[in-house]
Amino acid sequence: MLRYALLRLLGAIPTLLLVIVLAFLMVHAAPGGPFDDERVLPPDIEANIAKAYQLDEPLAQQFLTYMAGLLRGDLGPSYRYRDHTVSELIGSAFPLSLKLGAMAMLFAVVMGVGVGTIAALRQNSLLDRIVMAFAMTGISIPVFVIAPVLVLLFAVQLHWLPAGWSGSEGAARFLLPAISLALPQIAYIARLTRASMIDVLASDFVRTARAQGLGTQAIVRYHALKPAMLPVLSYMGPAIAAILTGSVVVEEIFGIPGLGQFFVRGALNRDYTLVLGIVIFYATLVVLLNLIVDILYSVIDPRIRRR
Amino acid sequence: MSAIRGAWRRVRQNRVIAISGGILIGVVLVAVIGPLVSPHDYLQTDFSNILHSPSFTGMHLFGTDDLGRDLFVRTLLGVQVTIIVALVASTVSLVFGVLYGAVAGFAGGRVDAVMMRFVDTLYALPFIFFVILLMVAFERNFFLIFVAIGAVNWLDMARIVRGQTLSLREREFVQAAQLTGVSFTRIIFRHIAPNVIGVVVVYLTLTIPQAILVESFLSFLGLGIQEPQTSLGALVDAGVNQMEGASWMLLIPAALLALILMCFNFIGDALRDVFDSRRSR
Repeated sequence: MLRYALLRLLGAIPTLLLVIVLAFLMVHAAPGGPFDDERVLPPDIEANIAKAYQLDEPLAQQFLTYMAGLLRGDLGPSYRYRDHTVSELIGSAFPLSLKLGAMAMLFAVVMGVGVGTIAALRQNSLLDRIVMAFAMTGISIPVFVIAPVLVLLFAVQLHWLPAGWSGSEGAARFLLPAISLALPQIAYIARLTRASMIDVLASDFVRTARAQGLGTQAIVRYHALKPAMLPVLSYMGPAIAAILTGSVVVEEIFGIPGLGQFFVRGALNRDYTLVLGIVIFYATLVVLLNLIVDILYSVIDPRIRRR
Repeated sequence: MSAIRGAWRRVRQNRVIAISGGILIGVVLVAVIGPLVSPHDYLQTDFSNILHSPSFTGMHLFGTDDLGRDLFVRTLLGVQVTIIVALVASTVSLVFGVLYGAVAGFAGGRVDAVMMRFVDTLYALPFIFFVILLMVAFERNFFLIFVAIGAVNWLDMARIVRGQTLSLREREFVQAAQLTGVSFTRIIFRHIAPNVIGVVVVYLTLTIPQAILVESFLSFLGLGIQEPQTSLGALVDAGVNQMEGASWMLLIPAALLALILMCFNFIGDALRDVFDSRRSR
């Protein structure tokens, strides 16, 4: 088990290196530097700026400096937020995004598995068809359409929930953003759960359990749920990536000062180091979370390890 | 040939495909014709008619925006841009994915292993962040948007084509071509590529909505299509800013975007059922 985990961890290192090199090259191959804007600066000032940010050194040297910093957790200074390092900005903004993402993930898994299981138990009934039609719709509608429509309905029209982040307190302000983020994932997970639950319910061991007189509830809870969850578990990687991506627009729509908002602002302001740092941070997060999912998968399904 | 004909008959008889396809064709027709017959154009501002709600007076069927521009024409232009970007970007991912997959599958062995390992690695990444990085680093232009969106979606295509190619490689006509000394490139283009077309078309219908999604996501964030040009994503973004007073600015482009995405997804899903015999049985 430990051996498997360590092997997978080693396997993640080339992936991360590829990410860093790609991201670094993309930013540094860009035509024009980060500081040539509308204002034209005298050449000696430009040279001074370049020197201060080590932009005058050869690319390989800059990369080594960046990597050395990275290993110490230092992502360099932000080009736009003066007096802040990129690491500080990420450290201050990430907890909020993490809270939001975790909440959305919880909604997605609990509701998705619940709805999918109910649909599978009443396969081809009217309820099943309605649920699956909703799921197909939910998959098709992007987060940045769902979120403002929910705001319009529940905040602007009905006044049940706060529309924005500032000016409200407590858990209520997390509710609309988290639900917007979770909805497409609920739809996807419901479809996955339904399909795999139908397969599992048709298998021999479920028939045996039924023959022994076990009720449907007990069969689902003690026998069918665990094997039926495997496809859902392997979907967790893409789900995490989708929630991170969705978080960028949701934070923008609700005005949540999380990492996604910094990312968009950085992108619009051409704050190269900030954007580069956040991309590397996100990619590392996704790769590590995928790793954890894989390891969890092998804990639940020991057949994987023997391959 | 008869297999293709049979599949085509099932496609024509499929109600989901017929309805979704009909809606899509209708939307595209309106998007093309609407701006031609409307008395307004997408640039013309009218400061005496700001945030006008949808009405027949003045022929503002979808209302006007915060600069008094007619939203009927702008929305239809947005539909055009969204669909064109999606088609071109899907073609980029199609060409790239098919070539990559065909080369990996045909070469086999260690080359295949390395090439597919690279695809697996890319799969694990939140690709959209790299697209954003690309949009930040370079000037935003149409060409870059096509390439960037195409770059997101070629992975699935590469995997599917590789699987097909692996089995094609063992077939007599390919081996005969190899024995008679036909070059590697020629085999890929003349013998492999035409034979994977069927599967590729099915997956293309699922790639198009993904491309639409990426384009509108970028435009929503202000990183895609730039003013005064517009797309459905950019219109939704503008609608969000005005939603308290002018909800039509949000709801109309949002509904159209959702409708188009749903139609493509329904068609793709149904096509997969038609062509995947394992599923339809």
